Amino acid sequence: MLELAALTKTYKTGDKALSDVSLTVPKGQVVGLIGPSGAGKSTLIRCINRLVEPSSGKIILSGRELSGLGPRTLRRERRRIGMIFQEYALVERLTVMENVLSGRLGYVSFWQSFTRRFPAGDIERAYRLLDRVGLMEHADKRADALSGGQRQRVGIARALSQEPELLLVDEPTASLDPKTSRQIMRLLIEICAERGLPAIVNIHDVPLAQQFMQRIIGLRAGSVVFDGPPEDLTETVLTTIYGAEDWTAMRKDGEADQVAEAEAVASLAMISA
Amino acid sequence: MTSYPTTWRRPPQIVTDRRWRIVLTVAVIAYLVIGVGSVDLNWQRIMEGGARGLRFINGFLQPDFTSRWKDISNGLIESLTMTLTSTVVGVAISVPIGIGAARNLAPAWVYYICRSIIAVSRSLQEIIIAIFLVAMFGFGPFAGFLTLSFATIGFIAKLLAEDIEDIDEAQAEAIRATGASWLQLVHYAVQPQVMPRLIGLSLYRLDINFRESAVIGIVGAGGIGATLNTAIDRYEYDSAGAILLVIIAIVMVAEYSSSYLRKFLQ
Amino acid sequence: MTDFPHTWAHRSPRARLALWFGWLCLVALFVYCWQVMTANTIWMFIWDAPRQAADIGNRMFPPRLSYLPELMKPLWDTLNMATLGTLLGVILAVPVAFLAARNTSPSVLILRPIALFIIVASRSINSLIWALLLVAILGPGLLAGIIAIGLRSIGFIGKLLYEAIEETDIRQIEAVTATGASPTQVLNYAIVPQIMPAFWGITVFRWDINIRESAILGLVGAGGLGLKLQASLNTLAWPQVTMILLVILATVVLSEWVSAKVRGAII
Ligand SMILES: Nc1ncnc2c1ncn2[C@@H]1O[C@H](COP(=O)(O)OP(=O)(O)OP(=O)(O)O)[C@@H](O)[C@H]1O
Ligand SMILES: [Mg+2]
Repeated sequence: MLELAALTKTYKTGDKALSDVSLTVPKGQVVGLIGPSGAGKSTLIRCINRLVEPSSGKIILSGRELSGLGPRTLRRERRRIGMIFQEYALVERLTVMENVLSGRLGYVSFWQSFTRRFPAGDIERAYRLLDRVGLMEHADKRADALSGGQRQRVGIARALSQEPELLLVDEPTASLDPKTSRQIMRLLIEICAERGLPAIVNIHDVPLAQQFMQRIIGLRAGSVVFDGPPEDLTETVLTTIYGAEDWTAMRKDGEADQVAEAEAVASLAMISA
Repeated sequence: MTSYPTTWRRPPQIVTDRRWRIVLTVAVIAYLVIGVGSVDLNWQRIMEGGARGLRFINGFLQPDFTSRWKDISNGLIESLTMTLTSTVVGVAISVPIGIGAARNLAPAWVYYICRSIIAVSRSLQEIIIAIFLVAMFGFGPFAGFLTLSFATIGFIAKLLAEDIEDIDEAQAEAIRATGASWLQLVHYAVQPQVMPRLIGLSLYRLDINFRESAVIGIVGAGGIGATLNTAIDRYEYDSAGAILLVIIAIVMVAEYSSSYLRKFLQ
Repeated sequence: MTDFPHTWAHRSPRARLALWFGWLCLVALFVYCWQVMTANTIWMFIWDAPRQAADIGNRMFPPRLSYLPELMKPLWDTLNMATLGTLLGVILAVPVAFLAARNTSPSVLILRPIALFIIVASRSINSLIWALLLVAILGPGLLAGIIAIGLRSIGFIGKLLYEAIEETDIRQIEAVTATGASPTQVLNYAIVPQIMPAFWGITVFRWDINIRESAILGLVGAGGLGLKLQASLNTLAWPQVTMILLVILATVVLSEWVSAKVRGAII
């Protein structure tokens, strides 16, 4: 369970990116974080594992406080938080396997990681995860030889290899085409369900959020302006989050995605049939 | 329940054949052993050197600018004037040669002549040119000036030619289409595109020429290098330290001001 | 959009004036420098130069081919000096580069300026000057040459490498940091893989330059071909000088070819 209490972040430049954000994410819940560009979505996610240092407030993960930890203990706590990035953020010149194994860095000694001699369990887990995301035969390829969707799968495998208690996902699909986006989202949701893994998913695309998320949090100018199930996301609410014009523009985009959606739903129907 | 492998080795990235890797490793180790072995060390001399090295470091930390200030300032003036004149002359000569060495502007025979001038200038080290020019023109900064001008030509003309070859053909086409003459083409289509780079390169070369001017003095081509050579020959390490610090300071100033100037001129 | 030229943008009269003034200053400075520089020049020597050149030219040809076998050991020494010097330079430059790069430097206020000073100092002093110093300190021989090459290489490799380190993709570094990796592991898994191609390119490039430089270090007593060159010049044995220059030229061309090949293979 993740608890944020009165989290505030003011950047050195004076931008107040987050003001007084408090929320709780129980075990197994997948939360969608929506809001206009610059609302502070990435900042919120990055504050949780302290890639961005919050200005004030508390972050509590399964009873342990993360804010104010020293570098060594912070590293130990970071192992419990998996992160997935918009532009995959794989180390391009390492192999897929090394990228997945890099999720274990917090658990092994420098020497083990330097010589690439990870414990047998880690390697077995890495293969299992690669198989789960459908990239078993790509293990020895270099990450820059993969397509966008494949890279994001490696990103997911890397985060999962940490055996995390929480997933932070920053716009996982923003660099992908509509169809691949939906496949990746589906994969993510399935995996979270399999493991009872809570996740915060930062997402630009409102229809996508409504379709996949159990709970939605709307952020505007650094404050939470909506928190509830996707069904409650009415036009009025969306207008408060995005402002009138932005929202209508976005709905047009949503319509353009209909084709991709139809395809994805059709393929799902075939599987479940 | 399928079972997964529990071991993994990083596949080799550069040399994929195992035998070649072994051969290469053995070759590298053998070279290192033989190469290091061929350096015959005179330990006694090196021990003596330790004390001198300390004296030099001391000289560097407590430089003596005053007792040889006249020599230092003379050498410095020679170096600086040599640097400026040679850069100006070198760049002035480089421009026509650079244009001649650009395939898209020059006819083939001009192209080959200019390219060979560049090749000759680039393949000869400054110091070797300096040796010959000193033999011909006698000791002193004039030989140094010629050396640096000659070296500048190879450097600037080559990069300038590459720049001209990279210009946006569409613009050149547009100008050509108006019926412009060759000179007008160079003036209106080529010059505006390469001018900022040319200025940047000239400033960069100014910097290099100063550094080189400190070296060619060793073979008699004037400048601060000659002063330094004398100081080291006389074991005056504190003066040598002072000269080195002056060189470093000027290079730093030149680097800062040239980057500032380049930004300013953009 | 950005590279759209300002071909037709007319300069304002003031800018035009400033430009002319700038040119005028440059010309005046040039004339002044010229006067200062040539104040002590003996013009008779200068006018005599073509005759001298013809004379030297005549003496230089044909090159003395029989001198070639004697040049093999110095050539080997030159190659060793360049290679071992590059190796030394790399070993010293890598830590300096990591100290100098803003994103890896452990202390931006103290260590970074020191590292930057080391880089500038090494870069502003030519390897020949380093050799001059080291020969005075350590005595003539290959060791002085190797150290001279190494010291000069620190600045070159250090500068290019630290720029490469500063240009690494921050997202890859953040991603590895987010897994709970320690700083050394981040270095190993996120930064080093990104700079590897640059590293090899820079090293081979510097090796190529060092071959040229080590060929002449002997002029000040640091061993190799330069030593033979100095001896031949002292005895005015011009045919030998030509032979040495040909050997240097061949070596330089060969090393340039090797370095181009290797860099092509890496990138
Ligand atoms: N490193 C930084 N330094 C200063 N200000 C920053 C920094 N990063 C973000 N900001 C500011 O903080 C605010 C929130 O940014 P953030 O990246 O969290 O928004 P976001 O909701 O993720 O936007 P997007 O949807 O475009 O990714 C913005 O006003 C931004 O300008
Ligand atoms: Mg964002």
